[in-house]
Amino acid sequence: MGLSSKDLTGLKDLSPEDIGLILETAAGFKDVLGRDIKKVPALRGKTTVTLFYEPSTRTRTSFELAAKRLSTDVINISVSTSSVVKGETLIDTARNVEALGADFIIVRHSSSGIAQFLAKKLKASVINAGDGTNEHPTQALLDLFTIQEKKGRLNGLKVAIVGDILHSRVAKSNIYGLTRLGAEVRLIGPPTLVPGCLKDLGVRIFYDMDKGLQGADIVMMLRIQTERQGKGFFPSAEEYFRNWGLTTARLAAADPDALVMHPGPMNRGVEIASDVADGGRSVILEQVTNGLAVRMAVLYLLSGTKQ
Amino acid sequence: MTILIKNAELTDPSQKMDGLCSILIEDGKIKEITSERSAGKGQKTREKQPQELTVIDAEGRPVIPGLVDMHVHLREPGFEYKETIRTGTEAAVRGGITTVCCMPNTRPVIDNASITSFILSKAAQEGSCSVYPIGAITKGQKGEELAELSILHEAGCIAFSDDGRPVMDSLLMRRALEYSKILEVPLISHCEDLALAAGGVMNEGLTSVMLGLRGIPPQAEEIIVARDIALAELTGARLHIAHVSTAGSVGIIRAAKKRGITDITAETCPHYFHITEEAARDYNTFAKVNPPLRTRKDIEAIREGLQDGTIDVIATDHAPHHLDEKSGDFDSAPSGISGLETSLGLSMKLVDDGVLDMAGLVGKMALTPARILGLFSKNKKGSLKPGFDADLVILDTASEYTVDPALFRSKGVNTPFEGWKLRARAAITLSNGRIHTWT
Repeated sequence: MGLSSKDLTGLKDLSPEDIGLILETAAGFKDVLGRDIKKVPALRGKTTVTLFYEPSTRTRTSFELAAKRLSTDVINISVSTSSVVKGETLIDTARNVEALGADFIIVRHSSSGIAQFLAKKLKASVINAGDGTNEHPTQALLDLFTIQEKKGRLNGLKVAIVGDILHSRVAKSNIYGLTRLGAEVRLIGPPTLVPGCLKDLGVRIFYDMDKGLQGADIVMMLRIQTERQGKGFFPSAEEYFRNWGLTTARLAAADPDALVMHPGPMNRGVEIASDVADGGRSVILEQVTNGLAVRMAVLYLLSGTKQ
Repeated sequence: MTILIKNAELTDPSQKMDGLCSILIEDGKIKEITSERSAGKGQKTREKQPQELTVIDAEGRPVIPGLVDMHVHLREPGFEYKETIRTGTEAAVRGGITTVCCMPNTRPVIDNASITSFILSKAAQEGSCSVYPIGAITKGQKGEELAELSILHEAGCIAFSDDGRPVMDSLLMRRALEYSKILEVPLISHCEDLALAAGGVMNEGLTSVMLGLRGIPPQAEEIIVARDIALAELTGARLHIAHVSTAGSVGIIRAAKKRGITDITAETCPHYFHITEEAARDYNTFAKVNPPLRTRKDIEAIREGLQDGTIDVIATDHAPHHLDEKSGDFDSAPSGISGLETSLGLSMKLVDDGVLDMAGLVGKMALTPARILGLFSKNKKGSLKPGFDADLVILDTASEYTVDPALFRSKGVNTPFEGWKLRARAAITLSNGRIHTWT
């Protein structure tokens, strides 16, 4: 049992069958995580390397823990401690890591296309943990898993993704995955951050959040990267929150059973009000738990692909 | 040294020739062209030739004037690891190009007489063809103050450009255009609104969004095309617009020419009439070029522009880079395509596609650029009339070949055209009467 590729670089080209297999396998691993002994010997003797060129807390920790739960050895390399500071090129670093016997290389980088680039050059399985503004496939997979688990289906659901779509690799991966599995995707945000050409992918675009949220089954909030405010995508955090911040009042437009999601880290009071983030419809922490199961599934299935 | 080329199927838009010709070359100049029909007379002439006569039988193959490429990055001095004057000119003659105009973004920049002289003397010593430097418009290409245009001109610069680093300050561009009128040379504008381009790395659209790459909208080019045409109108100076890549630019230039602004000319490059942004899928850094590859609609407009005369010139924008620089991620790879050795074959496809006839193509690749740069009248380039430099190409159009960058003479193997099947290439190139052949 395995995926059709040795790598997971994105959802852009991942078949519905592969997505389904990952979600199904993740459900099994979620059971494991509920047991007293949370570790399985499935990948004992394998080596996982996380190669992070951008800061990350939850994604790296989640991958590390997922790899450990599957009994692989894990090595973490982050940019400040590696020889990247000596000018070693990315591919040389990756080849060295591979020469040390890595079976899985989990990479995060600020440049789009890096995972695909490494996947082409390496025999090891490359897993994209976020590349530039391109994709963050495991985040989208855990989002799909969470929706599926809570709603029992994806087909026909109205999913509103709100915020900085342009720069969000999470949004991109979710758009590909959700549309492929039959969900109705709506993108909501300021026109400066929601490229109109995405309509060609079969999604609907709303600049008016109240309209966009009408009857939504899922409200997926994105982090506003406050460092980008200076670039004039919108005038101020205050104005942003007024127009596109998720509040209890605004959430009323959505379906009464709508779920609130966020990939984290949250800016409370910028894109989401605290009472919503911590409220009854929020599944934000469950997303984190599910992330572990999904990443275990990805590692496990990629290992199967190679045999 | 005397050379006689027999049985040449000559296409030279500067003169009317019927049927097969003989071309007599003496001391690097065209001496005489005779029609093979008047063979009796020609025969006599030939019998009189001295013994060191070299006879080349063109066997009825097409012969054209050597191409004049007005947009080339030779990289020397400063970036010899990417290209040198020696390798760049070897690549040029392999590609049927016998006149190379080199852009000033070397290190140091061509903004003073000594760099200009260095390039000219290096080209004279090591070059395979004629080289004419293009000087910087502003000192250090910094866009702050005018370079010494007339001193540069005297040293041998034949035009001026801040290629790759467009002059953003409209007042400075106005002054440059006005001042350049004393020299009767064109300013060559790389049209890009840097603020609007915002560090983009490919064309803006669904493809760039889906690749997660920052896009450059076509308007970043068109705004400056419109600005510079307006400034040319204001100043009455000569403006040449480099590497046109968008349908919008073609429209703006066409409208300006229709309005009667005659002192503007424009060029495009083979990649802008053959391939689209789709070539950058899979993050192919060889398809990263500035201005970026656009869309099918833009290709169609550029072909129309070539056909109706809106676009006057086909240049290469030959931009060789080291493979190491192009072997990483898309964002950090430098922009540029190595074009000298594919330009002729790619451009001949325009003849196959009925966009241009043979004379029209030669006009855009030899005669017109030579005229724009004053090389036709002053330096005897771009034509095979008697007295002109013996720069010509005997074409091999009989057999299809596959583009293989491993065979390039250029150090730059960065081409998105690897594997393309082309029909035309140089069988023999003569530059200043020197014979170049390859096996």
